[in-house]
Amino acid sequence: MDAIISWIGENILFIYLLIFAIYLGTEIIGKVPVVLHTPLMSGANAISGVVVIGGIILVRLTPSDDYFGLFIGFLGITFATINVAGGFAVTQRMLSMFNKKKKS
Amino acid sequence: MIYSSITDLCYLISTVFFIIGLKRLSSPKTATKGNALAATGMILGILTALFGALGGEPVNNYGVIAVALALGITIGLIAAKKVEMTAMPELVSLFNGFGGAGTLALAVVELVGYLSGVEVPFGVLLTVLSALFIGAVSFTGSLVAFGKLKGIWNEKLKLPYSAYINVLLLLIVVIAMVFYSINPSAISLGFVLGLIFLSLFYGFSFVSPIGGGDMPVVIAFLNSLTGIGAALAGIVYTNNVMLFGGILVGASGIILTVLMCNAMNRSLAQVLVGNFGGTSSSSSDDGDRVVKEVSMSDLAVQLKYAKKVLVVPGYGLAVAQAQHVCRELEVLLEDEGVEVKYAIHPVAGRMPGHMNVLLAESDVPYEKLLDLDDANKSLEGADVVLVIGANDVVNPAAKTDSGSPIYGMPILEVENAHQVVVFKRSMNPGYAGVQNELFFKDKTKMLFGDAKQSLSGLVKELAEV
Repeated sequence: MDAIISWIGENILFIYLLIFAIYLGTEIIGKVPVVLHTPLMSGANAISGVVVIGGIILVRLTPSDDYFGLFIGFLGITFATINVAGGFAVTQRMLSMFNKKKKS
Repeated sequence: MIYSSITDLCYLISTVFFIIGLKRLSSPKTATKGNALAATGMILGILTALFGALGGEPVNNYGVIAVALALGITIGLIAAKKVEMTAMPELVSLFNGFGGAGTLALAVVELVGYLSGVEVPFGVLLTVLSALFIGAVSFTGSLVAFGKLKGIWNEKLKLPYSAYINVLLLLIVVIAMVFYSINPSAISLGFVLGLIFLSLFYGFSFVSPIGGGDMPVVIAFLNSLTGIGAALAGIVYTNNVMLFGGILVGASGIILTVLMCNAMNRSLAQVLVGNFGGTSSSSSDDGDRVVKEVSMSDLAVQLKYAKKVLVVPGYGLAVAQAQHVCRELEVLLEDEGVEVKYAIHPVAGRMPGHMNVLLAESDVPYEKLLDLDDANKSLEGADVVLVIGANDVVNPAAKTDSGSPIYGMPILEVENAHQVVVFKRSMNPGYAGVQNELFFKDKTKMLFGDAKQSLSGLVKELAEV
């Protein structure tokens, strides 16, 4: 229990930031029309692949002979990159379909 | 010193790009730019991670990273390019699963590092364990959702009393995580493996009892989970892009989940705990009732002399790849002076907004798409309504039968039109597993067959009339 309370005390600024960020996240898409639900979900999904950054940092810090760490890190980066690259590309593809008819 | 400040600054810019990108993605005019902006933010973030300052002495291993990035980009881009627009929800689900797997991988490496007895603060350990759990659940849960949408998941494959088992599982995992966080020295390889296994299993048992009709909501929810997992990993790595990017996705994902639930008039708890389509209601005895069929030539004539025609497209239209022929029919009718509009139910297709994407793909003008409220107003004066491959979204049971699993969902009130024609493959019930009273009404006529073939037949007939 003490550990929890002292943790909160030490990280109070961080907790504030967390709450603001959560609120920002909910506000930012509050008025999205139904038409954009699918593209928005897919775009947000691509952003959640941001763990790729963690993977890169991890592998950069892993000793070259730690094959287990390198292997799992490799998998992590690959998976997260599929999420990122595929997610943005597919969102772009969906949105381009809305755009092309505006021109015609 | 300067080096690490610049690194932090780059991460900050990257985060701001995510925020503005997401904001722009939620408005039709700016959506494309928003997506590009978010992607730019991601590229900047990745470059910063590659070349920026680190918390320790860098070893780099650039070879490993380069291969992993190249592999991921190649697979991701090919999948994104190849996929049919109808299969979009599955793909998003699959991508999300990969994101979850990424988080899982990070957490595993981190935890295995702790096995050697490093001093770990309370908060950090709990965060790593949570990241592992959330990443794993999002991974296997997304795979199940993918399988269900794809139709390759055996719906019978679920645990008995799954609701109770799931609560029990969740309790066990949470208690174990808290216990080990308070007693870090008790961590063993067995515990790590056990937690991984339980978490992966929970993802399966959590999603498998949820009906296919609710998968979009589940995917939005899992997407939000992946965001939260990324945020937790961000705490562990003290990396702000991961933290705030993850929170943004987590928070907006929850809102999107709730918005989708609202569109179907269901609560999130109902979706996650309840059982869509598990029990069929009393009104399923239609053995001796007959439906009226309409011939293609009759329908063609009828359409030609109609003033106002509404099309209610559903997933059936999409799977049959009939959206282009549908557009052809629309153009033909417009040439005859018939007013043609599309009535889009919020959950038409497999995901909210999915049908709009599909129709946009075949160049249907934006102004022709009516949302639920406008469509229902417009339906009252319509001469003919063509229900093409849609079922549950026009089922009157949603209004009248409180025992029906879709009870309470707002529907398109096609009965208010003078004539309803239902394009359908067979008399099989829709995705929610309920029979549709609409088919037996006096106003309703059926045109059986593949949506694409029926529509092309109709186009031919129209040309001859």
